[in-house]
Amino acid sequence: MRRLRIILWCMVAVAAALFALFYYQLNQPKNDFVTSAMVGQPLPQFALEPASADRPGLATADFKTGEPQLLNLFGSWCIPCRIEAPQLEALERQGARITGVALRDTPEDVAQFLELYGNPFTRIGRDDLSETQFALGASGVPETFVIDGAGRITYQHIGPIAPGDVPVILAELRKAGSGS
Amino acid sequence: MRRLVALLLLALAGPLAAQGNVPPAPYAYTQLADPAQEAAARELMHTLRCLQCQSQSIADSDAPIAGDMRHQVRARIAAGESPDEVRDWLISRYGDYISYEPQVSASTWPLFVVPAIILVLAVLLLLARVGRRRASGEGG
Repeated sequence: MRRLRIILWCMVAVAAALFALFYYQLNQPKNDFVTSAMVGQPLPQFALEPASADRPGLATADFKTGEPQLLNLFGSWCIPCRIEAPQLEALERQGARITGVALRDTPEDVAQFLELYGNPFTRIGRDDLSETQFALGASGVPETFVIDGAGRITYQHIGPIAPGDVPVILAELRKAGSGS
Repeated sequence: MRRLVALLLLALAGPLAAQGNVPPAPYAYTQLADPAQEAAARELMHTLRCLQCQSQSIADSDAPIAGDMRHQVRARIAAGESPDEVRDWLISRYGDYISYEPQVSASTWPLFVVPAIILVLAVLLLLARVGRRRASGEGG
């Protein structure tokens, strides 16, 4: 009888622990962001054609300059990308070198987007099939990666860059610059 | 009510208009010529999470990014990669989250261990009860 009671209480304890786990996990704030597993790793190999007439295309080799750079994924069709455009300009004014990848885009649409919302990019590659996006572990647009001078990914910013994110990204750029 | 439904439908339609005017990737909606490869690709697609529409598999979603992911899956399978290799490639980019196939890891092991513990306890409990009843039945 006593053994039975102990087993019963064990079952109650296990069930209670399980429900406690459910309760804890269900109360965690929901995070829709899928972070890239590539942060801390070298950039994957890619060589993209130019996405607009007045900027060259973008390849992995373009990042091995010794200087940290930003890699911004955008699309002319992406509304949040318009919202983050002033922040990219601000980053450029404060000395950031910014390269871009235009996802699923046409040269005409990219040209129009750059004319309307500014062109802080030194190079823009076109990624028609999202292949570079997948290679980077990016889940959508806009996303911004900090790449150090050796071509290693050191930081990922998911979603549009808000004004408050500008100092954070500048600090990450400095960190990437001093680290390499 | 009707207005509300119309508004909801409009909200659903908005993103479609915002997805640009680039045609879908070659293998987004086109099956592979080899039926065996297509079957393998399709089975894999049902177990991969769409990045944008996170509660759907890439087989179920009409989002352009899901189309591009289907293209990757079919192109890689057609090039001779195994479904597990394609899954591992995606996991190396996005972590376990991308896959619907459960993996035992540091955070998921209780899901596998707890049911086993409960099962063992239940069997022990049952044996104890049956044993006692049998003993008392024989005694009386």
